[in-house]
Amino acid sequence: MALKDIRMPKLGESVTEGTITTWLVKEGDYVNKYDPIAEVMTDKVNAEVPSTFSGTIKEIVVKEGETVAVNELICYIETDDEAEGKVDESADNSEQPAKETETAANKQEKSGYKGVKERKNNRYSPAVIRLASEHGIDLETIEGTGLGGRVTRKDVLRAIEAGTQPKKEKTMPEKAKKELTAPPEKQAPAVVHKQDREIPVTGVRKIIAENMVRSKTEIPHAWMQVEVDVTGLVKLRNKVKDAFKEREGFTLTYFPFFIYAVAQALREFPELNSTWAKDKIIQRHEINLSIAVAKENELYVPVIKHADDKNIKGIAKELNRLVEKTYAGKLTQDDVSGGTFTVNNTGVFGSVSSMGIINYPQAAILQVEKIVKRPVIIDDMFAARDIVNLSLSIDHRILDGLIAGRFIQRVKDILENMNEDTVDI
Amino acid sequence: MAELSYIEAINSAMREEMERDHSVFIIGEDVGAKGGVFRATDGLYQQFGEQRVIDSPLSESAIVGVSVGAAMYGMRPIAEIQFADFIMPAVNQIISEAAKIRYRSNNDWNCPITIRAPYGGGISGALYHSQSVEALFNSTPGLKVVMPATPYDAKGLLKAAIRDNDPVLFFEHKRAYRLLKEEVPDEDYVLPIGKADVKREGSDVTVITYGFGVHLTQLAADAVEKDGISVHLLDLRTVYPLDKEAIIEATSKTGKVLLVTEDNKEGSIIGEVAAIIAEHALFELDAPVMRLAGPDVPAMPYAPTLEKEFIINEQKIEKAIRELAAF
Amino acid sequence: MANKRHVALGLTDDDVLEMYRTMVLARKIDERMWLLNRAGKMPFVISCQGQEAAQVGAAFALDRNVDYVAPYYRDVGVVLAFGMKAEELIASGFGKAMDPNSGGRQMPGHFGQKKNRIITGSSPVATQVPHAVGFALAAKLEGKQFVTFTSLGDGSTNQGDFHEALNFAGVHKLPVITFVENNRLAISVPYDKQVASENIAIRAKAYGMKGYKVDGQDPLAVYEVVKLARERAINGEGPTLIEAETIRLTSHSSDDNQSVYRSEEELEEIKKNDPIILFGNYLKEVGLLDEVKIKAIDDEINRQVNEATEIAEKAPYPKPETLYDYVYEQ
Repeated sequence: MALKDIRMPKLGESVTEGTITTWLVKEGDYVNKYDPIAEVMTDKVNAEVPSTFSGTIKEIVVKEGETVAVNELICYIETDDEAEGKVDESADNSEQPAKETETAANKQEKSGYKGVKERKNNRYSPAVIRLASEHGIDLETIEGTGLGGRVTRKDVLRAIEAGTQPKKEKTMPEKAKKELTAPPEKQAPAVVHKQDREIPVTGVRKIIAENMVRSKTEIPHAWMQVEVDVTGLVKLRNKVKDAFKEREGFTLTYFPFFIYAVAQALREFPELNSTWAKDKIIQRHEINLSIAVAKENELYVPVIKHADDKNIKGIAKELNRLVEKTYAGKLTQDDVSGGTFTVNNTGVFGSVSSMGIINYPQAAILQVEKIVKRPVIIDDMFAARDIVNLSLSIDHRILDGLIAGRFIQRVKDILENMNEDTVDI
Repeated sequence: MAELSYIEAINSAMREEMERDHSVFIIGEDVGAKGGVFRATDGLYQQFGEQRVIDSPLSESAIVGVSVGAAMYGMRPIAEIQFADFIMPAVNQIISEAAKIRYRSNNDWNCPITIRAPYGGGISGALYHSQSVEALFNSTPGLKVVMPATPYDAKGLLKAAIRDNDPVLFFEHKRAYRLLKEEVPDEDYVLPIGKADVKREGSDVTVITYGFGVHLTQLAADAVEKDGISVHLLDLRTVYPLDKEAIIEATSKTGKVLLVTEDNKEGSIIGEVAAIIAEHALFELDAPVMRLAGPDVPAMPYAPTLEKEFIINEQKIEKAIRELAAF
Repeated sequence: MANKRHVALGLTDDDVLEMYRTMVLARKIDERMWLLNRAGKMPFVISCQGQEAAQVGAAFALDRNVDYVAPYYRDVGVVLAFGMKAEELIASGFGKAMDPNSGGRQMPGHFGQKKNRIITGSSPVATQVPHAVGFALAAKLEGKQFVTFTSLGDGSTNQGDFHEALNFAGVHKLPVITFVENNRLAISVPYDKQVASENIAIRAKAYGMKGYKVDGQDPLAVYEVVKLARERAINGEGPTLIEAETIRLTSHSSDDNQSVYRSEEELEEIKKNDPIILFGNYLKEVGLLDEVKIKAIDDEINRQVNEATEIAEKAPYPKPETLYDYVYEQ
């Protein structure tokens, strides 16, 4: 025995309610399934309502003349047995809650944002970007409350209202500055005394300063030095210098010989002819040697292009040309760009040992010190020889002692082998 | 004021217009003594006689074509197509003729016809008594397509359609006929064709829809309101031509837009709404435009399980709203 | 002197001369448009040649002050009789702004002019028949005394709209005359591939109306039967279907070449039934015309057509910005 509901059926398309006009049974009557139990009137149709169960009418809930919505309870019936089973799906489909069918249906309707992965800050909607830029909001600082931590329009609006977000600079470029500008100096302003002289930092001095700072702060410098016996070179040069001067019109100094040796050695050791590029090291194909040239208070660094293609005379000529241009103030952008390795003539100042600052973004710098006569021991005997120090600073990210040593040894070899017999100017 | 059902509102609109203007008449199948298969013209035959409530032969093209002729002469016919699904034979007369009469005659002739038809499913109407057909007409300049969502709107818009000097298609959702009831003024009032209506103000999610979708969205909105989600509901009312300004404004309100239609998804009216949003309101969007529509199967089937799978209901709308709100 | 048939029909001598002139004008406008088309000045022409008698005879039987017409694309004779001017027709061929049918928006042959009660037409054929029935329905509902006349070709009578409209008219006994100008060709498709029944007029029975077959080359015969149909309509006796047997002298349109499907012999043969010659003969027989008068009329019409061509040629085209006007009421 079970108590079951009998409900107002749906008697036609678009019918939503019905009125019980007459009950054909009363409480206590026994009915068979499909026996008519009431007459119902709707807008479209008048009909008899059949019983959905066999059993005894227990309680009439809706009175004659009452209007109820489709599927509302109209009476209770006590059934014979449990065998009635489930209520048919077909009873009424307009009021039942929809079942969530995760079936092939969703093949059609790929509803919503199933493709959204957990991503924090990479997906800004057009509204978010617009509002942020209009109000100078830094989106990186906003906590996103949207799907996967997405910053939503509301989040930005809230931030705007709160007004406490740090404002982005209007002119904030990604690549921040040009290569020449240095990181800001964290220094207290210097005190100037009455008799001190203030020289404004402008032009080349400013650029040099910036370059130096950049080089020193970015590149981990390491340094080594070797002694080179250039006795043969000295003799050679002394022998040819007058004829050279007459023939070419300018003085042949020692420096071209050193440049030549470096250019040749770089051919064998391209590691020193490279540059650090964060996630890679770029080894330059061309060997363009930067030469530091001092003009009064200013340092210029013209470049001998393709130095390895030139012989000593060629290097001498090019060097002379560039130096003259420097003094004349006629160096072009092209003259000073493209350098891959720097050779510095510090000997001309009288230096015998110096630690060069690498010409950013190169990998190394070689300083050629002063050639001096020294007593050395050869075959356990004293001899007077012309000795010069070569000082090499390297970018220790790219180079280490081994490779630097090999390179500089090669330079040394080339130089120590230069003499009247081996070199023809 | 009286409480009228959607179909009563439509009936009263026709009655009042026929009382007011003798050139208004009704023509269609079974509109006379029977009062229409849904009883939309109930009582009108008795009141106005067979001259003004004409039982036509079973010829949709003639129902519309003859009405087009009478309209050109200067009358205001209300042509009823028994089910929107059966409007197909009349499409030539609607699109080639009615829509183009003013334009093709360079304003010499015009065609003040109103064509009414019940559309939509959820009443076991199956493939040929449940269709939405508005998408067929939504690229036809010269035509207007109106789909009211409430009894109040239905009355005001039908009056506007009858008084309009250009052809208007008026689609009535059959589920709404007796289900929707509200207070409707007794006085004469007309609502503007071509203007959408904000049915509910909100700040979290914008839902743009029309027809029965409006009622279902209201139910869904009530449900999510309990969880603090506030829905902004725009009822298009006229689905062609669309009220672009209202669409843009409603989009800007929240930046999250859900478009709802009972029609098949691809090619439906809401595709055009989405295009308008993409074109004019891209920088208001906080989420991709979401569309909820009938699936791309030919039509709504008979079996209740299949019909329920097809049809848009308040649960599906609620689910979509929640997803969009969370985005 | 031959029997003056026209007098028995209630037509005066002036009436029939007017009919003749209208037919000649229709012909000459048509010929001029073909010329302009072949000269590359007019994109499209569609002809009335061969059907002038049927058209003019029918039009004259109507009351051109109150009746409405929904013609089809060949009905130059009908619209001239109902008041359209030669220059207006030629302007419509050019697509000029002065075109009263559509302001240059429609191709020629798509007639419409409200002040002359010519109902606007389109390209899908037979759609005008339900429209005409609609006008007739309005006449009945409003208690107005006018008749609506619609015409179409034999091919178009097979459209669903023909069937639906005539059935409707028959059921409601409406004052509408359906006039089929049967030239036995629908572009290239001949009658026996087009119509299942032996003629079109017998279909009338199925639509509960009277049907008549008439010699379309004799304007007086056509006049008689249309007049009768009109009286019947006015008296509330309902609609009539009239089939006028006629000929098409030209190709379907300027985009058609009928030599592909019509033989030289056939074309030579049908020229013998040129209605202008036939009616001219009648008028000569009854002493209203002679060669001199015919020439005079010819010259007069030529001048008229020349003037009309000039006016139409000089007239401006519609301005581009007018494209956007009148989609809806403004």
